[in-house]
Amino acid sequence: MKKLVNRPEDVVREELTGIALAHAGRLVVHTDPHWIARGDAPVPDKVALVSGGGSGHEPLHGGFVGPGMLDAACPGEVFTSPTPDQMLEAAKGVDGGGGVLFIVKNYTGDVMNFEMAADLAREEGITVEQVVIADDVAVEDSLYTAGRRGVGATVLAEKICGAATEEGRPLEAVAGLCHTVADQSRSMGVALTSCTTPMAGRPTFELGDDEMEVGVGIHGEPGRERRPLASARDVVETLAGAVVGDLPFGDGDRVLAFVNGMGGTPLMELYVVYAELHRFLQERGITIARNLVGSYATSLDMAGCSITLLKLDEELTRLWDAPVDTPGLRWGA
Amino acid sequence: MSAGGAGRTSEGAVDAAAVTAWLREFAADVAARRDELTELDAAIGDADHGVNMDRGMQAVMSKLPAAAIGADARAASEEAPLGPLLKTVGMTLVSTVGGAAGPLYGTLFLEMGKAAGDRAALTTAEWAEVVAAGVAGVQRRGKAEAGDKTMVDALLPVVGALRAAAQGGAETSAAARAAANAAAQGMRATVPLVARKGRASYLGERSAGHQDPGATSSWLLLEAAARVLGGGGATTGTD
Repeated sequence: MKKLVNRPEDVVREELTGIALAHAGRLVVHTDPHWIARGDAPVPDKVALVSGGGSGHEPLHGGFVGPGMLDAACPGEVFTSPTPDQMLEAAKGVDGGGGVLFIVKNYTGDVMNFEMAADLAREEGITVEQVVIADDVAVEDSLYTAGRRGVGATVLAEKICGAATEEGRPLEAVAGLCHTVADQSRSMGVALTSCTTPMAGRPTFELGDDEMEVGVGIHGEPGRERRPLASARDVVETLAGAVVGDLPFGDGDRVLAFVNGMGGTPLMELYVVYAELHRFLQERGITIARNLVGSYATSLDMAGCSITLLKLDEELTRLWDAPVDTPGLRWGA
Repeated sequence: MSAGGAGRTSEGAVDAAAVTAWLREFAADVAARRDELTELDAAIGDADHGVNMDRGMQAVMSKLPAAAIGADARAASEEAPLGPLLKTVGMTLVSTVGGAAGPLYGTLFLEMGKAAGDRAALTTAEWAEVVAAGVAGVQRRGKAEAGDKTMVDALLPVVGALRAAAQGGAETSAAARAAANAAAQGMRATVPLVARKGRASYLGERSAGHQDPGATSSWLLLEAAARVLGGGGATTGTD
């Protein structure tokens, strides 16, 4: 698989060098250990939002650092959780006295590393809360699995909670809001091709030219089932059907509809998916009050997309509309 | 090894020199089997276990005091307390491995370090309790039980084997061999299991038929200890 890299083992470090140069002044990139902070952190008295995860999902999370969203992001190696020393340094660096909220995607490694970091930060006198996002309906949520994966809802939680921190809300309220977003969001994705990590150099899984993996995870984890490749309309029926049925979303609901590209699918196709999603929801009496279409939580070069729905109320809508000024999301600023 | 001294009871007691040699052996094994561990992980996880463990153990090697790695290791570290050494190993793994293996192996060594404290050498019975404390830490961090198809399946039998060996008055070398054999058995027993923790659990029934990569690296860790502590008679990783 062709990659624009120098040495595969240097990818994350060199990516961070590029981010630091491209967003100088807006972002500060720390290198020992790796964490990205907004240029004006710490913001006095404001609750600080810190997230992170494996690299390879850009712009998640580093591209969402800035006013109105995250205060810091901790990038791990490719598809590998960041380590507690990163989150500890980030928490110490961005805590303006209002405490720190960790927003964590539900993967075994991420949850354990953030828990260790929270323990270490509390030992240093920092108030830390942690909310785990687990919105992927492709995974059976039971006592016998690691639980649902965190995917698209993470972007929405970071945006909405970031707006709430800018309003000066206290840590407990921001954590509660984050739980609300997590509880009211559901997602599911499909892969048309595998991704290829720079270190492995070959596809993570095999998928025939005429096949798709329904319910795929953002690291190329297998999904619910493998099926023959279908039309955009059929794919939306499958993904949106599973998402709508799970919460459930129903007649009269107002939602934020998020069509997310996995990294290797053109925006053109994402808009085709959005048009189908719009029709699908309209038929069920569900109104798209807000939308987001683009590649925001990616899986390296994987072709495919995910659909996330968030049930909106007035407060969530207002916080979504609030100004945001980050490399990955920007409006009103 | 010098004769006498508090806490020194038998040939092969576990001291800083032995722990250092053990870690060096484990690091070499992980490097040699990096691709094998990664392939096991590719089958049921996310194909990074070998790479991550190798990165972590290389970092551990660079952090260990140079004198302790040299030829005169025993003389240099004869009286060194085990607690700080094991804690350094744990913190290094926590901050370099990432994934789930980082906090789990990191916690194993951090808790072993807490249990070992200021002691410079451990008897077989003391070593068994130090290892037990580490394994208990792994279970707390990962919330895994026996049979969940994780590293705990290789590590829990180790605790039993070490305690039994110590109660039977075994030399450290024999206890370490029994521990490695127990780990090997536990590792092989993960093959038919359906994973209930970690990324492999997303596969459900499809995770059966594969050996757990974390249990495999845990077996490597105990096998390295058996070789360094003089037990001989290596078990094999796959069959």
